[in-house]
Amino acid sequence: MSELCDLTGQQLAQMLRTGEAGASEVTESVLGRIEALDTRLHAFLTVTADRARDQAAGIDARLRHGEALPAVAGIPLALKDVLVTRGITSTAGSKILEPYVPPYDCTPWARLQTAGSVLVGKTNCDEFAMGSSNENSAYGPVHNPWNLEAVPGGSSGGSAAAVASGEAVWALGTDTGGSVRQPAALCGVVGLKPTYGRISRFGLIAFASSLDHVGTLTRSVLDAATLLSAIAGHDPLDATSLPDEPEDYAQGLDRGVARLRVGVLEDWIAMEGVQPGVTDSVGAAVDRLGALGASVGAVSLPHAEYALSAYYLIAPAECSSNLARFDGVRYGLRVDGDATDVADMNFLTRGAGFGDEVKRRIMLGTYSLSAGYYDAYYGQAQKVRTLVIRDFDAAFERFDVLVAPTSPTTAFRLGERTEDPLAMYLSDIFTIPSDLSGTPAISIPCGVAPDGLPVGFQILGRLRDEATILRTAFALEQDLGLSARPPLLAELASEDA
Amino acid sequence: MPDPYETVIGLECHVELATQTKMFCGCRNAFGAPPNTNVCPVCLGHPGTLPVPNERAIEYTIRIGLALGCRIAPRSVFHRKNYFYPDMPKNFQISQYDLPLCVDGHLEVHVDGTSRRVGITRVHLEEDTGKTTHAGATGRIGGADYALEDYNRAGVPLVEVVSEPDMRSPEEARAYFTELRATLESLGVSDVRMEEGSLRCDANISVRPIGHSDLGTKVEIKNLNSIRSLYRALKFEEERHRMALALGQALIQETRHWDENGGVTTHGRSKEYAFDYRYFPEPDLSPIEPDPDWVEKLRAGLPELPAARRARLENEYRLDARQAALVGGSRDWAAFFEEAVGLGAEPKAVANWMTGDLAGLLNEARLELGAALVMPRHLSDLVALITSGEVSSAGAKSALAEAFATGAPIPQIVEEKGLRQVSDAGALEAIVDEVIAQNPGPVEQFRRGKDGAINALVGKVMKSTGGSANPSIAADLLRRKLSG
Amino acid sequence: MPVEIDVEHVARLARLALTPEELERFRRQLGLILEHAEKVQEVAAEDVPPTASPIPRANLFRPDELRPGLSHDEAMSTAPAQEDGRFKVPRIVEEEDRP
Repeated sequence: MSELCDLTGQQLAQMLRTGEAGASEVTESVLGRIEALDTRLHAFLTVTADRARDQAAGIDARLRHGEALPAVAGIPLALKDVLVTRGITSTAGSKILEPYVPPYDCTPWARLQTAGSVLVGKTNCDEFAMGSSNENSAYGPVHNPWNLEAVPGGSSGGSAAAVASGEAVWALGTDTGGSVRQPAALCGVVGLKPTYGRISRFGLIAFASSLDHVGTLTRSVLDAATLLSAIAGHDPLDATSLPDEPEDYAQGLDRGVARLRVGVLEDWIAMEGVQPGVTDSVGAAVDRLGALGASVGAVSLPHAEYALSAYYLIAPAECSSNLARFDGVRYGLRVDGDATDVADMNFLTRGAGFGDEVKRRIMLGTYSLSAGYYDAYYGQAQKVRTLVIRDFDAAFERFDVLVAPTSPTTAFRLGERTEDPLAMYLSDIFTIPSDLSGTPAISIPCGVAPDGLPVGFQILGRLRDEATILRTAFALEQDLGLSARPPLLAELASEDA
Repeated sequence: MPDPYETVIGLECHVELATQTKMFCGCRNAFGAPPNTNVCPVCLGHPGTLPVPNERAIEYTIRIGLALGCRIAPRSVFHRKNYFYPDMPKNFQISQYDLPLCVDGHLEVHVDGTSRRVGITRVHLEEDTGKTTHAGATGRIGGADYALEDYNRAGVPLVEVVSEPDMRSPEEARAYFTELRATLESLGVSDVRMEEGSLRCDANISVRPIGHSDLGTKVEIKNLNSIRSLYRALKFEEERHRMALALGQALIQETRHWDENGGVTTHGRSKEYAFDYRYFPEPDLSPIEPDPDWVEKLRAGLPELPAARRARLENEYRLDARQAALVGGSRDWAAFFEEAVGLGAEPKAVANWMTGDLAGLLNEARLELGAALVMPRHLSDLVALITSGEVSSAGAKSALAEAFATGAPIPQIVEEKGLRQVSDAGALEAIVDEVIAQNPGPVEQFRRGKDGAINALVGKVMKSTGGSANPSIAADLLRRKLSG
Repeated sequence: MPVEIDVEHVARLARLALTPEELERFRRQLGLILEHAEKVQEVAAEDVPPTASPIPRANLFRPDELRPGLSHDEAMSTAPAQEDGRFKVPRIVEEEDRP
């Protein structure tokens, strides 16, 4: 079943180096997979086939000249549509940006482009990254490659589905409440949310400024480390980007977990609403860490139960301000048919251009910031945030990493939670705390539940300590040796046969 | 009769900083460029863009605070001020709220020999908006069909200086504003040109019966485009309030617009329409914690401020307060004056020429001193020639006007225009004798004790010499001959 | 207890044109969400400082140096309407809107 598009970035880079495969060949493989599958998955909003072919041809020319190329060169990549790309429509999954062609590139893509990355397209996502199932996209939902009736997770559902199905070798997504890790778990791929500020946010269409993170979706931990290394680093255009010296995150991945102190968030595993299949898979993975030499103990984050509430005050508040710029004046959709004046035009444009979830969050945020309510809502939520950070600090005194499920359940059915916003919000209960604290976290597949759907295992680390969560993830990944793929791919192979 | 009312005025001034680039992006900060040519994704508010603060703008703001005697906050924060308006690309303005950069300053203000210390509540830093042109129909906002936005100005660093309501008259407000402008000008942090919008002002005014501690109804006045407008608007508004109080009529708390042509303020918006700005700390920016050593360096590096400059000119050059105020009104004027004096001219004479004829010529031509062709050398030459008697004061005025127009050196002008006075007594003697002989009437009057009669005789000498005689030499000669 | 919210006022502040059905639906849903979010008030946190950003730093500036921006054409390329090199919008009914 392994076509080129099903291999990891590391494997493909090796083949490009040795000449076993060419960049154009790899790109054609991916584009072919998109053609075969995407009418069913709907992971892409824009496929940049011609551009990708040109980029791949350029890489092949350089390889023929014997040039040594960066690790990401020639490897087909997808970008979540909240990451702006110059000259390529970037919609953030919203109607209000349907006509928007950005005049500039986001920093992560600028860096990857310089390094020779091949862009195959922009992926579908929940509108303005608000959602946990990709059902809030104005352009229709994404279907999970493991089960087309199920959601891929969100908001980076398109990127996760693409990577899981061979429609991209790797992808960038964004994580504000869990939107890289949770879809990674539901689609059976690796999702990394690094430390806040590790990857520049310049060019990331803002949802919640103090919570937004760019993250990676890949098929292996090594690929995550490679992709992170290529885009991390200080950006003078982002005042919140970390000033740290560049790091090669692939170094030291195989150091193992002997004597690593692993804290298990047991009350999360035992929480009501966690699917038995998830509990079992996660429990088994914890046991494997112990068997590999880690010293495992129980830990809790006492204020984590308030994290969800704090998040649903902070994120909407910041988003209500960040989304004010969408008013029909300078770019994007304009609705002015019956408008008597510019304010009217603003009302009509925003009323028509935003979906329900976005409107809800804008109103929630506007309310919680408004006169008289600030202290009780936004102000109080930022205090709870401090307490969550302190909880993490205390936990990391005793442990090097914390582990937990990524998502309480496997991929739920399309339409299952769309009528109940609160039920939808609960999907993020295990991922939100590390968005509040800015600490890095990764989700790797740890098994398949009895319902045939993948389970994600989450490893949480100290601020700036991507290295330790990556090496823990690597060790477990190697040990588990999972090879399960979405059944759809096997069907595809037999269709082709 | 004592005044039964007291006027209370506060001013809110906005200053565009003369940095090279905008506040949060590297676009050029320049006035007068073609529309939407000094813009980038950041200042256009494109999705995904982020602000990064301009260090020089922060430095300038702190220097303004120091010059105004403020305390510099050890920790200062940018806040988002949220509201919708098409000239604001993000529909929020990055500004400051409860932790501004500078607080608790003051400015000494002098009016007619009295002085008052006007408190300055705060000095904070924010970003300017774009420029709106109302178009179609009448072209004025009330009758416009549509509007056009130019974002060149969007994101330019803007400092807001808020005074305490300490001023008690439109004269004091005018003096405060003038002094503030001079202070900013001496710091070199802004072009401070009201006509270009780099210095703007809104006023708050209320009037109360003397003895009342509560303030009267407060009215905000906007659209003040010059110092003259500021003064006239406040005079008008003050009178409107006083009349209303005297007649027992109610005043409403509102924002009014100054109509320069009509000479009146008109209702703009009721203040009851309170805006909910939903301020919260700007999450894309860090707090500012100015290093105390850096602040001290900035304080030590402050230039001579207007008050100090005026005092020095009074003391060093024996100018009177009025002359010192005018000559010391700006760095350019003070520098010009000192250079002219440095070339050997008598200070009070130079000051007189500057505040008199030269100021008149500049006003008429609508020129700044720096743009004029007249140099300090011109004035020092003129003063020297007058002192030596080589040129009459009328001749000097004429020479100055010529120098103003052409920039030619004074000696050359005097030659070319034949302005040289005849001051040599010997050369005049014959003419004086002739005039005495031909004018027995005034001669007789003078000999009888009417001293003023000498003027008629001097006039005849002047006429006889075609105006080139030195009148005081002529008068001396006449007196000598007639008293002998 | 679901929280009572004046959705009309909030929608006006946020410049969202909503149908009566939307207003009603959102009133209900937001009331429930806020009720849940109010949980943060159970936490005693009087002496706890708020966290505005996960990585506390100060004095992040840039030097006053020019950086290439957009050409005029690039800048206007996204404009829904333009005239004379400026972005065109329907008339502004001013003073009610400008603080």
